[in-house]
Amino acid sequence: MTRANRRRLGRVGFYLLMAVIVFYAVFPFYWAIVSSFKPGSEMFRVDFLPPPNLDNYQAVFAEQPFGQNILNSLIVAVSVVLLSLALGLLAAFALGRIRFRGRSLLLFTILGVSMFPQVAVLSGMFELVRSLGLYNRLPALVLSYMIFTLPFTVWVLTTFIRALPKELEEAAIVDGAKPLTIVTKVFLPLLTPALITTGLLAFIAAWNEFLFALTFTLSGEQRTVPVAIALISGASAYELPWGNIMAASVIVTVPLIVLVLFFQRRIVSGLTAGAVKG
Amino acid sequence: MSTASRLTRSRTRSAWAFLAPMLVVLALVAAWPLARTIWFSFTDANLSDMSAAQFVGLANFEYLLTDPDWWRSVWNTLFFTLVSVSLETALGLAIALALNMHMPGRGLLRTAVLIPWAIPTIVSAQMWAWMLNDVFGVINEMLILIGVIDQGIAWTANPDTAIWAVIMVDVWKTTPFMALLLLAGLQMLPSECYEAAKIDGIHPVEVFWKVTLPLLMPALLVAVIFRLLDALRIFDAIYVLTGNNQATMSMSIYARQQLVDFQDVGFGSAASTLLFLTIAVFTTVYLTLARIGDSGGDHP
Repeated sequence: MTRANRRRLGRVGFYLLMAVIVFYAVFPFYWAIVSSFKPGSEMFRVDFLPPPNLDNYQAVFAEQPFGQNILNSLIVAVSVVLLSLALGLLAAFALGRIRFRGRSLLLFTILGVSMFPQVAVLSGMFELVRSLGLYNRLPALVLSYMIFTLPFTVWVLTTFIRALPKELEEAAIVDGAKPLTIVTKVFLPLLTPALITTGLLAFIAAWNEFLFALTFTLSGEQRTVPVAIALISGASAYELPWGNIMAASVIVTVPLIVLVLFFQRRIVSGLTAGAVKG
Repeated sequence: MSTASRLTRSRTRSAWAFLAPMLVVLALVAAWPLARTIWFSFTDANLSDMSAAQFVGLANFEYLLTDPDWWRSVWNTLFFTLVSVSLETALGLAIALALNMHMPGRGLLRTAVLIPWAIPTIVSAQMWAWMLNDVFGVINEMLILIGVIDQGIAWTANPDTAIWAVIMVDVWKTTPFMALLLLAGLQMLPSECYEAAKIDGIHPVEVFWKVTLPLLMPALLVAVIFRLLDALRIFDAIYVLTGNNQATMSMSIYARQQLVDFQDVGFGSAASTLLFLTIAVFTTVYLTLARIGDSGGDHP
């Protein structure tokens, strides 16, 4: 085989591999969309391009409070994001810009908290939620989600804040600006892209959370979308309404995919700032 | 007192003032519940009346050590973690290397691998549960079509295949994350080494083993431990795919079942505490590694 031929073969092999990866990554979601378009009678035929039929989508909203579930998820995720960003920004300014004793230990403790297995705080959190009278209410979820969004937000924003030039802040200090003014007037505008990235990742984490949402809510009206989708049931235990489940899955996933694709670069930088950089 | 040290002191004061709200919330949602969980693990607390808890010493832990279901869940968790993280590392590395090459179609590949990451775990578990359905699932359909099997397999119901179904879902969902972390590591490698290797005419495979892999090792280790920590606490995917089935029960599922379904807070807390300790060990390793990375960093 000539060298040019070998190289051509290698390139074909590479593209073939890429095609396999893309197929593997995308096919399950494609299949969910296809299944969501099938009316009950055709559900069990393998058909790769059925005509879109929206019966399942109507059924999801008609048979259970799915609209309410989406609203719940939105309320919880947005509250969690706003709270985490506000508290996280203040803390990140202190951790990223001010030298004080115990700073390093504090940072690593915060990172440690983000590794907590959620189930390890489940009974303590349950007691807390109940004694605050929040059981089966959305604030219980907002409160409990802080355990993973807050450490993450602090950590990532600290990484971003450290990358900003020192001179800006020094100029503000010379002008006699108070620390709070520096945070809101100097850092806040500079950190807008970082806040969007971090907020987006926190939003996705809160939107997807399952364990706390499953444990701290009881009634269908208080459920968030992951719990609603996990608990969709049919007429009997052996008869799952797969069409409805797939339609619900597509509804909650499409906005996420659009967000992620739109903010691709930011997401990748946020993920790596949260994990790899020390 | 000099102006400079007065400034330092006032800055230190404001540092703690800025940290206070975050620390108060973390103490409320992390430190306090964790302390209570550990306390409950030494009691006979019951979900219906947690305040009536009586101290029972190590009884819960003693019982755990003799419960075959607990050991089953420990084994399941470790097996799942080991297999899925290995697969994710190998696949993630392959995808990261492909993404790192300057080839047309790279953007498409990156977009494609981000899709599984964006899909909620619950949704991906339901999607796979449907694809793995014994009678109507597309996977059985395809396998029958190419003649590998002649009748559908009940992937999630069969104890032998259920854990593999869980692994399959986890690998599909989190390999992209691994690939992105490794890609970030690859992009930080110095290009001089590669130019030197090119001039010396070293074969790409050899370059990978002798240059890329050793240089990538720190990033690889951190990514692997990050995934390990995540895999050890797995809950969602298993809960949706196989419920409280003992064949696939993880430590988190076991703990929650005791705590919520059986209302036995003391016992469930003991199981949670053991899982916490397991993860704490790994976290310490991770933090030590991250700290080593940090001391070499360029920030103040």
